[in-house]
Amino acid sequence: MSKRIDVKDLNVYYGDFLAVEGVNINIDPKSVTAFIGPSGCGKSTFLRTLNRMHEVLPGARVKGEVLLDGEDLYGPGVDPVTVRSQIGMVFQRPNPFPTMSIRDNVLAGVKLNNKRISRSDADDLVEKSLTGANLWKEVKDRLDKPGSGLSGGQQQRLCIARAIAVAPQVILMDEPCSALDPISTLAIEDLIEELKNEYTVVIVTHNMQQAARVSDKTAFFNIAGTGKPGKLIEYSDTAVIFSNPREKATEDYVSGRFG
Amino acid sequence: MSNTLTEGGAKGRAGDKVFSNLTLLAGCLILLVLFAVAVFLLVQALPAFTADPAKVTGGEGFWSYIWPILIGTLVAAGIALLIATPIGIGVALFISHFAPRRLAQSLGYVVDLLAAIPSVVYGAWGVAVLAPALVPVYEWLAANAGWIPIFAGPASQTGKTMLTAGIVLSVMILPIITSLSREIFLQTPKLHEEAALAMGATRWEMIRMAVFPFARAGVVSAVMLGLGRALGETMAVALVLSGGILTASLIQSGNQTIAAEIALNFPEAFGLRLAELIAAGLVLFVITLAVNMIARWIISRHKEFSGAN
Repeated sequence: MSKRIDVKDLNVYYGDFLAVEGVNINIDPKSVTAFIGPSGCGKSTFLRTLNRMHEVLPGARVKGEVLLDGEDLYGPGVDPVTVRSQIGMVFQRPNPFPTMSIRDNVLAGVKLNNKRISRSDADDLVEKSLTGANLWKEVKDRLDKPGSGLSGGQQQRLCIARAIAVAPQVILMDEPCSALDPISTLAIEDLIEELKNEYTVVIVTHNMQQAARVSDKTAFFNIAGTGKPGKLIEYSDTAVIFSNPREKATEDYVSGRFG
Repeated sequence: MSNTLTEGGAKGRAGDKVFSNLTLLAGCLILLVLFAVAVFLLVQALPAFTADPAKVTGGEGFWSYIWPILIGTLVAAGIALLIATPIGIGVALFISHFAPRRLAQSLGYVVDLLAAIPSVVYGAWGVAVLAPALVPVYEWLAANAGWIPIFAGPASQTGKTMLTAGIVLSVMILPIITSLSREIFLQTPKLHEEAALAMGATRWEMIRMAVFPFARAGVVSAVMLGLGRALGETMAVALVLSGGILTASLIQSGNQTIAAEIALNFPEAFGLRLAELIAAGLVLFVITLAVNMIARWIISRHKEFSGAN
Protein backbone atom coordinates (compact mmCIF):
# COMPACT_ATOMS: atom_id res chain seq x y z
CA MET A 1 0.00 0.00 0.00
CA SER A 2 1.75 3.06 -1.19
CA LYS A 3 1.05 5.90 -3.51
CA ARG A 4 3.18 8.32 -5.44
CA ILE A 5 3.27 12.05 -4.77
CA ASP A 6 3.61 14.63 -7.51
CA VAL A 7 4.00 18.25 -6.52
CA LYS A 8 3.47 20.95 -9.12
CA ASP A 9 4.56 24.58 -8.69
CA LEU A 10 3.90 24.65 -5.00
CA ASN A 11 4.21 27.93 -3.09
CA VAL A 12 3.73 27.94 0.69
CA TYR A 13 2.69 31.12 2.48
CA TYR A 14 2.39 32.12 6.10
CA GLY A 15 0.02 35.06 5.81
CA ASP A 16 1.70 37.26 3.20
CA PHE A 17 5.14 35.74 3.75
CA LEU A 18 6.25 33.39 1.02
CA ALA A 19 8.08 30.60 2.86
CA VAL A 20 8.70 28.09 0.08
CA GLU A 21 8.59 28.89 -3.61
CA GLY A 22 8.02 26.92 -6.78
CA VAL A 23 8.58 23.34 -5.72
CA ASN A 24 8.20 20.64 -8.37
CA ILE A 25 8.97 17.13 -7.23
CA ASN A 26 7.88 13.58 -8.03
CA ILE A 27 8.15 11.09 -5.22
CA ASP A 28 8.02 7.42 -6.19
CA PRO A 29 5.99 4.87 -4.26
CA LYS A 30 7.87 2.35 -2.14
CA SER A 31 10.95 4.49 -1.93
CA VAL A 32 12.69 6.62 0.64
CA THR A 33 13.11 10.25 -0.26
CA ALA A 34 15.26 12.51 1.91
CA PHE A 35 15.00 16.29 2.19
CA ILE A 36 18.23 17.97 3.23
CA GLY A 37 19.27 21.58 3.55
CA PRO A 38 20.26 24.24 6.07
CA SER A 39 17.96 25.26 8.94
CA GLY A 40 15.13 27.54 7.89
CA CYS A 41 15.26 26.53 4.23
CA GLY A 42 11.66 25.35 4.30
CA LYS A 43 12.15 21.60 4.05
CA SER A 44 10.06 20.89 7.16
CA THR A 45 7.45 23.41 6.05
CA PHE A 46 7.28 21.71 2.67
CA LEU A 47 7.05 18.27 4.28
CA ARG A 48 4.11 19.46 6.34
CA THR A 49 2.27 20.64 3.26
CA LEU A 50 2.29 17.03 2.05
CA ASN A 51 -0.31 16.08 4.66
CA ARG A 52 -1.71 19.57 5.25
CA MET A 53 -0.24 19.72 8.76
CA HIS A 54 1.09 23.21 8.11
CA GLU A 55 -2.52 24.40 8.26
CA VAL A 56 -2.38 23.97 12.02
CA LEU A 57 -0.69 27.37 12.08
CA PRO A 58 -3.12 30.22 11.47
CA GLY A 59 -2.61 32.00 8.15
CA ALA A 60 -0.75 29.14 6.47
CA ARG A 61 -1.84 28.36 2.91
CA VAL A 62 -0.46 27.00 -0.35
CA LYS A 63 -0.75 27.64 -4.06
CA GLY A 64 -0.13 24.82 -6.48
CA GLU A 65 -0.96 21.15 -6.53
CA VAL A 66 0.02 18.15 -4.45
CA LEU A 67 -1.19 15.01 -6.19
CA LEU A 68 -1.47 11.73 -4.35
CA ASP A 69 -1.72 9.19 -7.18
CA GLY A 70 -3.26 11.94 -9.28
CA GLU A 71 -5.71 13.27 -6.70
CA ASP A 72 -5.10 16.83 -5.54
CA LEU A 73 -4.80 17.10 -1.74
CA TYR A 74 -5.82 20.73 -1.99
CA GLY A 75 -8.72 20.17 -4.34
CA PRO A 76 -12.12 21.59 -3.50
CA GLY A 77 -14.02 19.52 -0.97
CA VAL A 78 -10.95 17.67 0.28
CA ASP A 79 -11.00 17.37 4.06
CA PRO A 80 -7.55 17.71 5.67
CA VAL A 81 -8.66 15.12 8.22
CA THR A 82 -9.01 12.52 5.44
CA VAL A 83 -5.67 13.55 3.95
CA ARG A 84 -3.91 13.10 7.28
CA SER A 85 -5.44 9.69 7.87
CA GLN A 86 -3.84 8.52 4.60
CA ILE A 87 -0.51 10.28 5.01
CA GLY A 88 0.98 9.55 8.41
CA MET A 89 3.58 11.64 10.15
CA VAL A 90 6.38 11.07 12.65
CA PHE A 91 7.74 14.11 14.45
CA GLN A 92 11.09 15.42 15.57
CA ARG A 93 10.47 14.69 19.22
CA PRO A 94 8.75 11.42 20.12
CA ASN A 95 5.19 12.26 21.10
CA PRO A 96 3.26 9.24 22.32
CA PHE A 97 0.14 10.23 24.24
CA PRO A 98 1.33 10.28 27.85
CA THR A 99 -2.02 9.35 29.34
CA MET A 100 -2.44 6.28 27.15
CA SER A 101 -0.94 2.85 27.51
CA ILE A 102 1.38 1.50 24.84
CA ARG A 103 -1.47 -0.53 23.41
CA ASP A 104 -3.87 2.42 23.32
CA ASN A 105 -1.22 4.57 21.69
CA VAL A 106 -0.93 2.12 18.83
CA LEU A 107 -4.71 1.97 18.47
CA ALA A 108 -5.23 5.72 18.85
CA GLY A 109 -5.46 6.40 15.14
CA VAL A 110 -7.59 3.35 14.42
CA LYS A 111 -10.21 4.33 16.97
CA LEU A 112 -10.65 7.77 15.45
CA ASN A 113 -13.86 8.80 13.73
CA ASN A 114 -15.80 6.47 16.03
CA LYS A 115 -14.54 3.35 14.33
CA ARG A 116 -15.11 0.20 16.33
CA ILE A 117 -12.68 -2.66 16.39
CA SER A 118 -13.11 -6.01 18.07
CA ARG A 119 -10.80 -7.01 20.88
CA SER A 120 -9.07 -9.78 18.92
CA ASP A 121 -8.64 -7.61 15.81
CA ALA A 122 -7.18 -4.92 18.03
CA ASP A 123 -4.75 -7.38 19.60
CA ASP A 124 -3.63 -8.56 16.16
CA LEU A 125 -3.21 -5.02 14.92
CA VAL A 126 -1.20 -4.00 17.97
CA GLU A 127 1.14 -6.93 17.50
CA LYS A 128 1.45 -6.39 13.77
CA SER A 129 2.11 -2.65 14.08
CA LEU A 130 4.59 -3.02 16.92
CA THR A 131 6.34 -5.81 15.06
CA GLY A 132 6.43 -3.57 12.01
CA ALA A 133 8.08 -0.90 14.12
CA ASN A 134 10.63 -3.38 15.58
CA LEU A 135 9.27 -2.77 19.05
CA TRP A 136 7.12 -5.80 19.76
CA LYS A 137 9.77 -7.89 21.52
CA GLU A 138 10.69 -5.04 23.83
CA VAL A 139 7.19 -4.11 24.96
CA LYS A 140 5.01 -7.20 24.56
CA ASP A 141 4.95 -7.83 28.31
CA ARG A 142 4.00 -4.28 29.26
CA LEU A 143 1.42 -3.20 26.72
CA ASP A 144 -0.72 -1.71 29.47
CA LYS A 145 2.04 0.51 30.82
CA PRO A 146 2.16 4.16 29.78
CA GLY A 147 4.00 4.92 26.55
CA SER A 148 5.86 7.74 28.25
CA GLY A 149 7.78 5.19 30.32
CA LEU A 150 9.76 3.98 27.31
CA SER A 151 13.16 5.29 26.25
CA GLY A 152 13.33 8.02 23.63
CA GLY A 153 14.15 5.62 20.81
CA GLN A 154 11.41 3.21 21.87
CA GLN A 155 8.94 6.09 22.07
CA GLN A 156 9.83 7.12 18.53
CA ARG A 157 9.32 3.56 17.31
CA LEU A 158 6.00 3.55 19.18
CA CYS A 159 5.06 6.67 17.22
CA ILE A 160 5.98 4.87 14.01
CA ALA A 161 3.86 1.91 15.08
CA ARG A 162 1.01 4.33 15.73
CA ALA A 163 1.46 5.81 12.28
CA ILE A 164 1.53 2.46 10.44
CA ALA A 165 -1.40 1.03 12.42
CA VAL A 166 -3.81 3.04 10.29
CA ALA A 167 -2.24 1.62 7.10
CA PRO A 168 -1.32 4.95 5.51
CA GLN A 169 -0.22 5.41 1.89
CA VAL A 170 2.72 7.58 2.81
CA ILE A 171 4.76 8.15 5.97
CA LEU A 172 6.34 11.55 6.49
CA MET A 173 9.18 11.83 9.01
CA ASP A 174 10.33 15.21 10.26
CA GLU A 175 13.87 14.73 11.59
CA PRO A 176 12.79 11.56 13.41
CA CYS A 177 16.22 10.86 14.90
CA SER A 178 17.38 14.31 15.93
CA ALA A 179 16.40 13.74 19.57
CA LEU A 180 17.81 10.22 19.74
CA ASP A 181 21.12 8.61 20.65
CA PRO A 182 23.17 6.84 17.92
CA ILE A 183 21.96 3.33 18.79
CA SER A 184 18.30 4.33 18.68
CA THR A 185 19.02 6.24 15.48
CA LEU A 186 20.41 3.07 13.94
CA ALA A 187 17.29 1.17 14.97
CA ILE A 188 15.08 3.78 13.30
CA GLU A 189 17.21 3.77 10.16
CA ASP A 190 16.95 -0.02 9.90
CA LEU A 191 13.23 0.35 10.34
CA ILE A 192 12.99 2.96 7.56
CA GLU A 193 14.76 0.47 5.30
CA GLU A 194 12.02 -2.08 6.04
CA LEU A 195 9.14 0.41 5.84
CA LYS A 196 10.15 1.17 2.29
CA ASN A 197 8.93 -2.28 1.23
CA GLU A 198 5.37 -1.27 1.96
CA TYR A 199 5.15 2.50 2.18
CA THR A 200 6.29 5.65 0.49
CA VAL A 201 8.63 7.27 3.00
CA VAL A 202 9.66 10.91 2.99
CA ILE A 203 12.20 11.99 5.60
CA VAL A 204 13.61 15.38 6.54
CA THR A 205 17.05 15.13 8.08
CA HIS A 206 19.91 17.35 9.14
CA ASN A 207 22.22 14.41 9.14
CA MET A 208 23.70 13.96 5.68
CA GLN A 209 25.15 10.54 6.47
CA GLN A 210 21.64 9.51 7.40
CA ALA A 211 20.27 10.77 4.10
CA ALA A 212 23.02 8.91 2.29
CA ARG A 213 22.39 5.72 4.27
CA VAL A 214 18.61 5.45 4.09
CA SER A 215 17.32 7.27 1.03
CA ASP A 216 16.95 6.35 -2.63
CA LYS A 217 16.50 9.92 -3.74
CA THR A 218 17.54 13.17 -2.12
CA ALA A 219 16.19 16.68 -2.48
CA PHE A 220 18.37 19.62 -1.51
CA PHE A 221 16.58 22.77 -0.34
CA ASN A 222 18.28 26.12 0.14
CA ILE A 223 17.46 29.67 1.01
CA ALA A 224 19.07 32.75 -0.52
CA GLY A 225 18.93 34.76 2.70
CA THR A 226 16.76 35.65 5.67
CA GLY A 227 13.28 36.66 4.58
CA LYS A 228 13.70 35.03 1.18
CA PRO A 229 11.67 31.97 0.27
CA GLY A 230 13.19 28.52 0.43
CA LYS A 231 13.59 26.69 -2.86
CA LEU A 232 14.20 23.19 -4.08
CA ILE A 233 17.66 23.41 -5.61
CA GLU A 234 18.31 19.89 -6.75
CA TYR A 235 16.52 16.57 -6.68
CA SER A 236 18.17 13.41 -7.86
CA ASP A 237 19.29 9.91 -6.93
CA THR A 238 21.01 10.00 -3.57
CA ALA A 239 24.23 8.65 -5.07
CA VAL A 240 24.30 11.49 -7.58
CA ILE A 241 23.58 14.20 -4.99
CA PHE A 242 26.40 13.04 -2.76
CA SER A 243 29.00 12.23 -5.41
CA ASN A 244 28.29 14.23 -8.51
CA PRO A 245 25.68 16.96 -7.97
CA ARG A 246 24.69 19.22 -10.81
CA GLU A 247 24.51 22.39 -8.74
CA LYS A 248 27.43 24.11 -7.03
CA ALA A 249 25.31 24.92 -3.94
CA THR A 250 24.48 21.24 -3.46
CA GLU A 251 28.09 20.25 -3.72
CA ASP A 252 29.12 22.92 -1.20
CA TYR A 253 26.45 21.79 1.23
CA VAL A 254 27.03 18.04 1.05
CA SER A 255 30.79 18.49 1.28
CA GLY A 256 30.48 20.79 4.30
CA ARG A 257 31.76 23.93 2.53
CA PHE A 258 28.49 25.65 3.00
CA GLY A 259 28.12 29.40 3.50
CA MET B 1 44.48 33.50 55.34
CA SER B 2 42.42 34.86 52.49
CA ASN B 3 42.52 33.87 48.86
CA THR B 4 40.25 34.20 45.84
CA LEU B 5 38.18 31.23 46.93
CA THR B 6 37.37 32.47 50.44
CA GLU B 7 36.92 36.12 49.54
CA GLY B 8 33.36 37.45 49.36
CA GLY B 9 31.89 34.02 50.03
CA ALA B 10 30.61 34.74 53.49
CA LYS B 11 28.59 37.73 52.42
CA GLY B 12 26.66 35.80 49.78
CA ARG B 13 25.94 33.04 52.26
CA ALA B 14 24.51 35.53 54.75
CA GLY B 15 22.01 36.67 52.14
CA ASP B 16 21.10 33.06 51.46
CA LYS B 17 20.55 32.42 55.13
CA VAL B 18 18.29 35.44 55.57
CA PHE B 19 16.22 34.43 52.60
CA SER B 20 15.91 30.82 53.63
CA ASN B 21 14.86 31.90 57.13
CA LEU B 22 12.28 34.26 55.68
CA THR B 23 10.74 31.50 53.58
CA LEU B 24 10.77 29.17 56.57
CA LEU B 25 9.00 31.84 58.61
CA ALA B 26 6.38 32.33 55.93
CA GLY B 27 5.78 28.60 55.78
CA CYS B 28 5.45 28.32 59.55
CA LEU B 29 3.08 31.29 59.65
CA ILE B 30 0.62 29.48 57.40
CA LEU B 31 0.65 26.41 59.63
CA LEU B 32 0.30 28.63 62.71
CA VAL B 33 -2.75 30.43 61.30
CA LEU B 34 -4.36 27.16 60.28
CA PHE B 35 -3.66 25.70 63.70
CA ALA B 36 -5.03 28.79 65.45
CA VAL B 37 -8.24 28.67 63.41
CA ALA B 38 -8.70 24.99 64.12
CA VAL B 39 -8.12 25.48 67.86
CA PHE B 40 -10.49 28.46 67.96
CA LEU B 41 -13.21 26.51 66.19
CA LEU B 42 -12.80 23.44 68.40
CA VAL B 43 -12.70 25.31 71.72
CA GLN B 44 -15.54 27.67 70.96
CA ALA B 45 -17.70 24.99 69.42
CA LEU B 46 -17.30 22.51 72.26
CA PRO B 47 -20.34 23.73 74.27
CA ALA B 48 -22.60 22.99 71.30
CA PHE B 49 -21.53 19.34 71.29
CA THR B 50 -21.75 18.85 75.05
CA ALA B 51 -24.89 20.87 75.74
CA ASP B 52 -28.18 19.33 76.78
CA PRO B 53 -29.81 18.37 73.44
CA ALA B 54 -33.08 20.02 74.46
CA LYS B 55 -31.41 23.39 74.79
CA VAL B 56 -29.84 23.36 71.30
CA THR B 57 -31.82 25.13 68.57
CA GLY B 58 -34.46 22.74 67.35
CA GLY B 59 -34.45 20.94 70.69
CA GLU B 60 -32.91 17.68 69.45
CA GLY B 61 -29.18 18.19 69.78
CA PHE B 62 -26.49 19.64 67.57
CA TRP B 63 -26.45 17.02 64.85
CA SER B 64 -30.12 17.27 64.06
CA TYR B 65 -29.62 21.03 63.98
CA ILE B 66 -26.69 20.88 61.61
CA TRP B 67 -27.59 18.19 59.11
CA PRO B 68 -30.41 20.05 57.30
CA ILE B 69 -28.22 23.08 56.69
CA LEU B 70 -25.32 20.83 55.81
CA ILE B 71 -27.46 19.16 53.15
CA GLY B 72 -28.58 22.62 52.03
CA THR B 73 -24.97 23.72 51.66
CA LEU B 74 -24.08 20.65 49.61
CA VAL B 75 -27.18 20.97 47.43
CA ALA B 76 -26.53 24.65 46.68
CA ALA B 77 -22.89 23.95 45.85
CA GLY B 78 -23.90 20.87 43.86
CA ILE B 79 -26.35 22.84 41.71
CA ALA B 80 -23.70 25.49 41.16
CA LEU B 81 -21.13 22.91 40.07
CA LEU B 82 -23.58 21.06 37.87
CA ILE B 83 -24.27 24.25 35.96
CA ALA B 84 -20.87 25.91 36.05
CA THR B 85 -18.61 22.94 35.24
CA PRO B 86 -19.83 22.15 31.72
CA ILE B 87 -20.30 25.82 30.83
CA GLY B 88 -16.93 26.77 32.29
CA ILE B 89 -15.09 23.99 30.47
CA GLY B 90 -16.97 24.80 27.27
CA VAL B 91 -16.13 28.50 27.43
CA ALA B 92 -12.51 27.72 28.30
CA LEU B 93 -12.23 25.35 25.33
CA PHE B 94 -13.82 27.89 23.05
CA ILE B 95 -11.34 30.53 24.16
CA SER B 96 -8.31 28.24 23.98
CA HIS B 97 -9.00 26.21 20.85
CA PHE B 98 -11.90 27.49 18.77
CA ALA B 99 -12.29 31.25 18.89
CA PRO B 100 -10.29 33.50 16.59
CA ARG B 101 -7.43 35.02 18.55
CA ARG B 102 -8.83 38.50 18.98
CA LEU B 103 -12.24 37.35 20.11
CA ALA B 104 -10.61 34.85 22.46
CA GLN B 105 -8.63 37.57 24.19
CA SER B 106 -11.56 39.89 24.79
CA LEU B 107 -13.73 37.01 25.92
CA GLY B 108 -11.00 36.02 28.36
CA TYR B 109 -10.99 39.51 29.84
CA VAL B 110 -14.77 39.53 30.21
CA VAL B 111 -14.70 36.22 32.05
CA ASP B 112 -11.96 37.48 34.36
CA LEU B 113 -14.06 40.58 35.04
CA LEU B 114 -16.87 38.33 36.25
CA ALA B 115 -14.54 37.21 39.04
CA ALA B 116 -14.01 40.80 40.11
CA ILE B 117 -17.67 41.45 40.89
CA PRO B 118 -18.21 41.50 44.68
CA SER B 119 -20.46 38.75 45.98
CA VAL B 120 -22.91 41.20 47.53
CA VAL B 121 -23.54 42.57 44.04
CA TYR B 122 -24.26 39.05 42.80
CA GLY B 123 -26.65 38.66 45.71
CA ALA B 124 -28.43 41.91 44.92
CA TRP B 125 -28.69 40.93 41.25
CA GLY B 126 -30.03 37.53 42.26
CA VAL B 127 -32.77 39.05 44.41
CA ALA B 128 -33.70 41.96 42.20
CA VAL B 129 -33.42 40.46 38.73
CA LEU B 130 -32.90 36.73 38.58
CA ALA B 131 -35.41 35.60 41.23
CA PRO B 132 -38.45 37.42 39.75
CA ALA B 133 -37.42 36.35 36.26
CA LEU B 134 -37.35 32.70 37.31
CA VAL B 135 -40.83 32.66 38.88
CA PRO B 136 -42.61 31.72 35.62
CA VAL B 137 -40.02 29.03 34.98
CA TYR B 138 -40.61 27.59 38.43
CA GLU B 139 -44.36 27.67 37.89
CA TRP B 140 -43.96 25.83 34.63
CA LEU B 141 -41.68 23.29 36.31
CA ALA B 142 -44.16 22.79 39.14
CA ALA B 143 -46.98 22.26 36.65
CA ASN B 144 -45.14 19.98 34.23
CA ALA B 145 -42.38 18.31 36.19
CA GLY B 146 -43.95 18.44 39.61
CA TRP B 147 -43.88 14.64 39.92
CA ILE B 148 -40.11 14.87 40.35
CA PRO B 149 -39.64 15.64 44.05
CA ILE B 150 -37.07 18.38 43.44
CA PHE B 151 -39.57 20.29 41.29
CA ALA B 152 -42.59 19.71 43.53
CA GLY B 153 -45.00 22.64 43.76
CA PRO B 154 -46.30 25.02 44.84
CA ALA B 155 -43.59 27.15 43.28
CA SER B 156 -42.24 30.10 45.23
CA GLN B 157 -43.89 33.38 44.25
CA THR B 158 -40.75 35.39 45.03
CA GLY B 159 -38.31 33.10 43.26
CA LYS B 160 -36.06 33.17 46.33
CA THR B 161 -35.37 29.47 46.26
CA MET B 162 -32.55 26.97 46.47
CA LEU B 163 -32.39 26.71 42.69
CA THR B 164 -32.02 30.48 42.32
CA ALA B 165 -29.26 30.48 44.93
CA GLY B 166 -27.54 27.64 43.08
CA ILE B 167 -27.74 29.52 39.78
CA VAL B 168 -26.30 32.69 41.35
CA LEU B 169 -23.50 30.61 42.87
CA SER B 170 -22.83 28.99 39.50
CA VAL B 171 -22.35 32.40 37.91
CA MET B 172 -19.97 33.29 40.72
CA ILE B 173 -17.79 30.21 40.33
CA LEU B 174 -17.92 30.21 36.53
CA PRO B 175 -14.95 32.58 36.13
CA ILE B 176 -12.81 30.49 38.48
CA ILE B 177 -13.45 27.30 36.55
CA THR B 178 -13.18 29.04 33.18
CA SER B 179 -9.96 30.95 33.66
CA LEU B 180 -8.09 28.11 35.35
CA SER B 181 -9.25 25.58 32.76
CA ARG B 182 -8.35 27.95 29.93
CA GLU B 183 -4.81 28.37 31.26
CA ILE B 184 -4.42 24.61 31.47
CA PHE B 185 -5.90 23.95 28.02
CA LEU B 186 -3.49 26.49 26.56
CA GLN B 187 -0.57 24.63 28.10
CA THR B 188 -1.31 21.40 26.26
CA PRO B 189 1.93 20.47 24.51
CA LYS B 190 1.73 21.31 20.78
CA LEU B 191 3.56 18.03 20.30
CA HIS B 192 0.57 16.01 21.46
CA GLU B 193 -1.99 18.12 19.65
CA GLU B 194 -0.05 17.63 16.43
CA ALA B 195 0.31 13.92 17.09
CA ALA B 196 -3.46 13.62 17.17
CA LEU B 197 -4.07 15.87 14.19
CA ALA B 198 -1.45 14.08 12.10
CA MET B 199 -3.32 10.81 12.53
CA GLY B 200 -6.42 12.34 11.03
CA ALA B 201 -8.18 13.43 14.19
CA THR B 202 -10.81 16.13 13.89
CA ARG B 203 -10.46 19.09 16.19
CA TRP B 204 -12.87 17.61 18.72
CA GLU B 205 -11.08 14.23 18.60
CA MET B 206 -7.78 16.03 19.08
CA ILE B 207 -9.21 17.76 22.13
CA ARG B 208 -10.40 14.46 23.56
CA MET B 209 -7.09 12.72 22.82
CA ALA B 210 -4.55 15.36 23.68
CA VAL B 211 -6.13 18.26 25.56
CA PHE B 212 -8.48 16.61 28.05
CA PRO B 213 -6.11 13.92 29.30
CA PHE B 214 -3.41 16.52 29.76
CA ALA B 215 -5.74 18.96 31.50
CA ARG B 216 -7.74 16.58 33.64
CA ALA B 217 -5.91 17.11 36.90
CA GLY B 218 -5.93 20.86 36.43
CA VAL B 219 -9.62 20.95 35.59
CA VAL B 220 -10.41 18.87 38.66
CA SER B 221 -8.51 21.40 40.79
CA ALA B 222 -10.33 24.25 39.07
CA VAL B 223 -13.69 22.66 39.79
CA MET B 224 -12.69 21.99 43.39
CA LEU B 225 -11.64 25.59 43.85
CA GLY B 226 -15.01 26.60 42.48
CA LEU B 227 -16.69 24.15 44.85
CA GLY B 228 -14.74 25.65 47.74
CA ARG B 229 -16.08 29.07 46.92
CA ALA B 230 -19.62 27.79 46.44
CA LEU B 231 -19.54 25.98 49.80
CA GLY B 232 -18.29 28.99 51.69
CA GLU B 233 -20.20 31.71 49.87
CA THR B 234 -22.25 33.66 52.40
CA MET B 235 -23.51 36.98 51.15
CA ALA B 236 -25.11 35.95 47.89
CA VAL B 237 -26.93 33.00 49.44
CA ALA B 238 -28.01 35.04 52.48
CA LEU B 239 -29.58 37.60 50.17
CA VAL B 240 -31.06 35.31 47.54
CA LEU B 241 -32.40 32.40 49.56
CA SER B 242 -35.44 32.81 51.68
CA GLY B 243 -34.33 30.13 54.08
CA GLY B 244 -36.29 27.68 56.13
CA ILE B 245 -36.56 24.04 56.98
CA LEU B 246 -35.11 21.34 54.74
CA THR B 247 -37.33 20.57 51.77
CA ALA B 248 -36.72 18.33 48.83
CA SER B 249 -38.20 20.82 46.38
CA LEU B 250 -35.72 23.27 44.95
CA ILE B 251 -38.39 25.65 43.69
CA GLN B 252 -40.05 26.36 47.03
CA SER B 253 -38.64 28.63 49.66
CA GLY B 254 -36.86 26.72 52.39
CA ASN B 255 -33.52 25.11 52.96
CA GLN B 256 -30.50 26.98 54.25
CA THR B 257 -26.73 26.82 53.90
CA ILE B 258 -24.24 26.82 56.74
CA ALA B 259 -22.51 30.03 55.68
CA ALA B 260 -25.74 31.97 55.30
CA GLU B 261 -27.10 30.54 58.57
CA ILE B 262 -24.02 31.79 60.40
CA ALA B 263 -24.11 35.21 58.77
CA LEU B 264 -27.82 35.77 59.38
CA ASN B 265 -27.80 34.69 63.03
CA PHE B 266 -24.39 35.75 64.24
CA PRO B 267 -25.22 39.37 65.17
CA GLU B 268 -27.77 38.33 67.79
CA ALA B 269 -26.13 35.16 68.97
CA PHE B 270 -24.55 34.65 72.38
CA GLY B 271 -23.78 31.80 74.72
CA LEU B 272 -24.87 28.41 73.46
CA ARG B 273 -26.26 29.83 70.17
CA LEU B 274 -22.87 31.34 69.42
CA ALA B 275 -21.23 27.99 70.10
CA GLU B 276 -23.71 26.32 67.74
CA LEU B 277 -22.87 28.71 64.94
CA ILE B 278 -19.16 28.26 65.46
CA ALA B 279 -19.64 24.51 65.47
CA ALA B 280 -21.49 24.91 62.17
CA GLY B 281 -18.42 26.79 60.93
CA LEU B 282 -16.26 23.88 62.07
CA VAL B 283 -18.41 21.47 60.06
CA LEU B 284 -18.02 23.69 56.99
CA PHE B 285 -14.26 23.77 57.56
CA VAL B 286 -14.12 19.97 57.72
CA ILE B 287 -16.25 19.61 54.57
CA THR B 288 -14.04 22.00 52.62
CA LEU B 289 -10.95 20.16 53.83
CA ALA B 290 -12.47 16.86 52.74
CA VAL B 291 -13.30 18.28 49.30
CA ASN B 292 -9.71 19.37 48.83
CA MET B 293 -8.35 16.03 49.93
CA ILE B 294 -10.66 14.16 47.59
CA ALA B 295 -9.53 16.42 44.75
CA ARG B 296 -5.90 15.64 45.51
CA TRP B 297 -6.65 11.96 45.63
CA ILE B 298 -8.38 12.10 42.24
CA ILE B 299 -5.40 13.92 40.77
CA SER B 300 -2.82 11.53 42.19
CA ARG B 301 -4.72 8.39 41.20
CA HIS B 302 -3.51 8.64 37.61
CA LYS B 303 -0.07 10.00 38.32
CA GLU B 304 1.66 7.29 36.32
CA PHE B 305 -0.23 8.32 33.22
CA SER B 306 -0.10 12.07 33.82
CA GLY B 307 2.79 12.70 31.48
CA ALA B 308 4.88 14.19 34.27
CA ASN B 309 7.41 11.37 33.89
